[in-house]
Amino acid sequence: MAERLRADLVLEYPFTRTTGPVIGAFLTGLREGIILGIRRPDGTVLCPPTEYDPESSVPLTDLVEVGPGGELMSWTWVDPPRAQSPWDQPHGLGLILLDGADTPMVHGLLVESPEGLSVGMRVTARWRPEREGHIADLEGFVPEGADQ
Amino acid sequence: MRDIAVVSVAQHQEKALTHTTEVELMVPIINEARGAVGLTQDDIGFTCSGSSDFLAGQAFSFVHTLDAVGAVPPISESHVEMDGAWALYEAWVKLQIGGVDTALVYSYGKSSPGSLRDVLSTQLDPYYLGPLWPDAFSLAALQARIMLESGAVSEQRLAEIAVRSLNGATNNPLAVRSSAEATAESVLAEVPLADPLRPSDCAASADGGVAVVLAAGDRARELCERPAWIRGIDHRIDPHQPGVRDLTRAPSAQMAAARAGASADRLDAAELAAPFTTQEHILEIELGLRNGTAINANGGALAGHTMMAAGLMRIADAARQIHDERADRVLGHAASGLYLQQNLVCVMEGE
Repeated sequence: MAERLRADLVLEYPFTRTTGPVIGAFLTGLREGIILGIRRPDGTVLCPPTEYDPESSVPLTDLVEVGPGGELMSWTWVDPPRAQSPWDQPHGLGLILLDGADTPMVHGLLVESPEGLSVGMRVTARWRPEREGHIADLEGFVPEGADQ
Repeated sequence: MRDIAVVSVAQHQEKALTHTTEVELMVPIINEARGAVGLTQDDIGFTCSGSSDFLAGQAFSFVHTLDAVGAVPPISESHVEMDGAWALYEAWVKLQIGGVDTALVYSYGKSSPGSLRDVLSTQLDPYYLGPLWPDAFSLAALQARIMLESGAVSEQRLAEIAVRSLNGATNNPLAVRSSAEATAESVLAEVPLADPLRPSDCAASADGGVAVVLAAGDRARELCERPAWIRGIDHRIDPHQPGVRDLTRAPSAQMAAARAGASADRLDAAELAAPFTTQEHILEIELGLRNGTAINANGGALAGHTMMAAGLMRIADAARQIHDERADRVLGHAASGLYLQQNLVCVMEGE
């Protein structure tokens, strides 16, 4: 029988991108252990921040620190964890409205079971010890008081 | 504006096309759509397709599929990395510009080789969302809980939408999920797939393809007994980040419907490409659908959702009801992106 030919295919995006003045500042903030939002002309704060207002498109530049505590606006339970995600245990996924922000961000919820989750509960950021300026520098969010 | 109509449609869909390539899938579908109106590729003025390299796992994968069209001698051709409904929009614009009187539009998707709910993470922004690989069902569940907690919808209503699809699909040979016996009670008894969404809230993933022939003016009348005239077509988009949107709404769907003139007269039927019951509920409201409009009568996208083709299939389903004289005025809808971020509405009428 003829030898079966085989070739591995690695899908990749072999480019580097600059993250710009707003996303770059947010990611640098994560490396330093702080979370940044950005103020819109009406005074409300977007987090995570964008370079432009999602409604009027005006450029946004006024970065402000938010969190690390906040309120859970919505949640679901992810079991099994998704293969490529930063999490290797069953976990929650949530929309978290950080203190000082007016828009929620999506991130992981680090609890043992979905019974520990409810809309309106207080959560706070848990940081990874080694950080590199990446959204997963935030390990996720835990119930307030859990890490004390 | 030129009068442009859908004059022919053909489609195929099943749970998994394991041993069929995209070319093998599309050859009979394209032949059927062209052949039904007596056309060969030589008679087609413009060809446009929609598909995704992220499903095929290969850059420029659509070029292979041109083998199913026949691209020798050279043809005028284009492609969108979007649902085929947007390819239809491009073809409609091309016909409006003039110089050609016919167009072939097709799209296809085979998501069965991978895990679609995870592959869809690649459509998310690459800084805040994408690196977390939140899967499509989990993200939809976040929206569902907000809708339920705010009272925008009830679990009972979601179950009724699921049952409408399950029951309607029993007469549809292209549906991959159907049940004559399903009731709201049986759906509510399902174990959640992504809490609070149940399996019947999430569209049944399918592989498939669809082809549509468009023609302008008298050419359409020559080719088709009762063309489905496109009276309005429009597509709009909302911001990407979930946090900046009211997740109980889809303003871009409402705007597209208004610009397509959806509410100008009674609609006999609406075919909606919502991948979740929650989003079908939002669309009913945003599109202003009222009693008397049959919604997804054959199960719609919930009964079989072919990524990249679900929207063009809905337009085809709607157009066929005009061709068969089952309806006089219909709406076909397509959606793209997270939480119905982008919406296309196509309103068609018979003469």
